[in-house]
Amino acid sequence: MNVRAVAGLSILLALLLAAPLLLGGYWLSVLILVLYFAYVGQAWNIMMGFAGQLSLGHALYAGLGGYVAAGLYTHYGIGPWMGVFAAVGAAVAAGAIVGYLGFRFSLAGVYFALLTIAFGEFTRIGFDNWDWAGGSGGMFLKVERGVSDLANLRGGTVMFYYVILAMAAGAFLLCRYLLESRLGRYWLAIREDAEAAQAVGVPVLWCKMLAVTLSAALTALAGVWNAFYYNNLFPETAFAVGRSIEMTLSPIIGGLGTLFGPFVGAVVLTGLGELFTDLSDQFHVSGLKQIFYGLALLIIVMYRPAGIWPWIATRLGFEEKRK
Amino acid sequence: MTQDFLLSLAQAITKGLLTGMVYGLMALGLSVIFGVMRVVNFAHGEMMVVGMYLAWAAFDYAGVNPLFSLPVIALLFFAMGYALQRGLIQPFINRPEHQQFLLLLAIATIVVNLCLALLGPDSRSIQLDSQFDSYELGPLVFDAVRVHAAVAAIAIATLLFLFFTRTRIGKAIRAAADNHMGALVVGLDVRRLYAITFGIGAACVGAAGALMITIIPVTPFLAAEYTLLAFVIVIVGGLGSMTGALMGGLLIGVSEAVAGLLGQPSLKSMFSFGLLIVVLLLRPQGLLGRKDSR
Repeated sequence: MNVRAVAGLSILLALLLAAPLLLGGYWLSVLILVLYFAYVGQAWNIMMGFAGQLSLGHALYAGLGGYVAAGLYTHYGIGPWMGVFAAVGAAVAAGAIVGYLGFRFSLAGVYFALLTIAFGEFTRIGFDNWDWAGGSGGMFLKVERGVSDLANLRGGTVMFYYVILAMAAGAFLLCRYLLESRLGRYWLAIREDAEAAQAVGVPVLWCKMLAVTLSAALTALAGVWNAFYYNNLFPETAFAVGRSIEMTLSPIIGGLGTLFGPFVGAVVLTGLGELFTDLSDQFHVSGLKQIFYGLALLIIVMYRPAGIWPWIATRLGFEEKRK
Repeated sequence: MTQDFLLSLAQAITKGLLTGMVYGLMALGLSVIFGVMRVVNFAHGEMMVVGMYLAWAAFDYAGVNPLFSLPVIALLFFAMGYALQRGLIQPFINRPEHQQFLLLLAIATIVVNLCLALLGPDSRSIQLDSQFDSYELGPLVFDAVRVHAAVAAIAIATLLFLFFTRTRIGKAIRAAADNHMGALVVGLDVRRLYAITFGIGAACVGAAGALMITIIPVTPFLAAEYTLLAFVIVIVGGLGSMTGALMGGLLIGVSEAVAGLLGQPSLKSMFSFGLLIVVLLLRPQGLLGRKDSR
């Protein structure tokens, strides 16, 4: 990173830290969405952007994480800071199963993506019929107004803002470290040419397993945060294919495999989403927002197929080593 | 009691087989497109829903039986598919999978929400005169509507099979699918063949939509479900295998009908996704696919 990039990042971080003082409730909740999508995008990016494994079933890990932590809290009163270990454990186990089966039977590309979808759907139907998790009626967390209890993640928007900000910043630093590490180099080698990587002695299966479990673990944290922020969980939405697809958008739009891609993508997509909501509210036509949104996706993927960030980075004179 | 159960089981299976033919035709479109271009049409269910709406509109506004509006819809879909491939998809043929995925996802989002914006979320169905007719074979009763749909689906699939084995263009498309470089070397216009292929795939799903509306009502929300269903069918049968897609359709149709008989709708999806996982792992070329077609 050069001086300009460091300066830019410091200013950005300072602004983000001060945001609750500067912004009203609406804009803060928009910013929360941005950070959430940046965070899950970063987690997904480890698997696809770094290691080249296309997962369209990441809702599985977020959903499992959310359900485990929320279930422990509502049924046994175990707080999320303890429950998160179980949540991450469950998601890592699921990721290990999906990954091991997929990689061991050498499914690649679309086939692997379909396997991840199938596991997600399978789990969704399972939770639909599981009474402990509330079945298809959903699971609800008790809402306590006016409380700010960080130990149990019960509180207002500002608290959740700082938690997701910390998560997003942490994920950013972790990914930055990973990219520079030996493991990160192995991932890039696998992404570019798995057979060649295998030939020069990269432990391909092991590296892919690390990618999927790490990605699942980080995604599970997002699931826990999500469950406690929204206070409800439904199999229909928590494990939906749409939820998985949503997670893939910001890194793809922002720039796959880049550190800033998920963040830039999240800003662009959330911004467009809010803009289109305002626009279509004036016409009272259902589906209009999604039509705009689809058109925006279409235009971006046609004209900036490698993502927005690599293009901005060269324009602004920031250094971006990897594409 | 067992006698009764066996009879209703047989009844459910025949019903499933008939619906399964229409599923098979839908999946055939996806399979043809993937088999030739290696592009996964993530907007397949959305196209299916558009086909259903067109047939519904033709019936609702002009009283045309879907069996007769079907050829027009198929032609229209062919033209749409051809144009779509030429205009949007061709530049993405050699791009990474995630970019193709995003492109088709964007198309799917636009298409399904256009349906929603134009027609609203209510479900639309048609009432044919033959709605309550049936054919009887021994103790079994067949709904006339389903029989007509299944026969039409078989006829279209047969035509398609003849097209790919007997005509010059069909053979050229298969050549381009088998060996892209070789096809270019012998001077085939691969871009045009790809556009035709996408057109044919679209025509299949459009025709399947016209048949499906005679069996079940349509809503925009069916689209995503059909996309997934088409994937499951095609993978189970074998991506790129025409008979595989049809067999996969029958299998899923029957499993759905039997799950309905047992009163466990979730069993149906459990079965399809379980089957998908097993097939992906143990026989990724599909039950009927060739070993090298991966």
